[in-house]
Amino acid sequence: MASNAAVPFWRAAGMTYITYSNICANLVRNCLKEPYKTEALTREKVHFSISKWTDGKPEKPTIRSDSPED
Amino acid sequence: MLRQASRLLARAPILAARARPFSTDLPAAQSADATFTEAWAKVIPNMDPPKTPLSFMQPRPPTPSSIPSKLTVNFVLPYSSELATKEVDMVIVPATTGQMGVLPGHVATIAELKPGVLSVHEGTEVTKYFVSSGFVFIHANSFADIIAVEAVPLDQLDANLVQKGLADFTSKLSSGTTDLEKAEAQIGIDVHSALNSALTG
Repeated sequence: MASNAAVPFWRAAGMTYITYSNICANLVRNCLKEPYKTEALTREKVHFSISKWTDGKPEKPTIRSDSPED
Repeated sequence: MLRQASRLLARAPILAARARPFSTDLPAAQSADATFTEAWAKVIPNMDPPKTPLSFMQPRPPTPSSIPSKLTVNFVLPYSSELATKEVDMVIVPATTGQMGVLPGHVATIAELKPGVLSVHEGTEVTKYFVSSGFVFIHANSFADIIAVEAVPLDQLDANLVQKGLADFTSKLSSGTTDLEKAEAQIGIDVHSALNSALTG
């Protein structure tokens, strides 16, 4: 079992486990055969609706569609 | 009240029969709130007590005193549950410490998974999935929970894309400047070589 001494290379480079795991998952999805690949990529699309607040009131929200990181 | 009494009586012998309980052994969880129902019965004896959240939950299966014959596997992904309490003979998981075979009666373990092939053995059938990363929790009562972010059956993988990806990341590793770029390239190489050996092995 790894003790404190041996950290994985990605953690030593400053990456968190979640980032590592998401990168691995994206790489696997990009290697899928055709119908499965488009299903997987559309399933993982994320949309954000962001609104800045000033003086306690929200301004008009903007929608940002963040495509998954490569 | 009688139902709970029989359940409580059934629990006690299991604990008494075990000579030296391990810290990983857990007793069967109660499935009804005894103190609440008793207090209710004192105040309103004529009505049935309402169900508490505890009674909706399935009780944790107790650790049996002899090794069970089958391993119960829960294999879940963020978007679907592939296997839900399926009884199998063995699973081989790609742990970071190597391929780990899990049989019924395996010692309680938590293992981190690396990108690799997960195979589920039931009788003579073997189902294989490529898992991107995740964890496996093996409990003392021969239940195994495998959680992964992405898992695909091997026939959904495209060998050409895997080869191309491997070549791309190998070149990125040598051209990377910052630690982060090099780490990403190394991750790419690891994942693609695991995919490659899954497809060819």
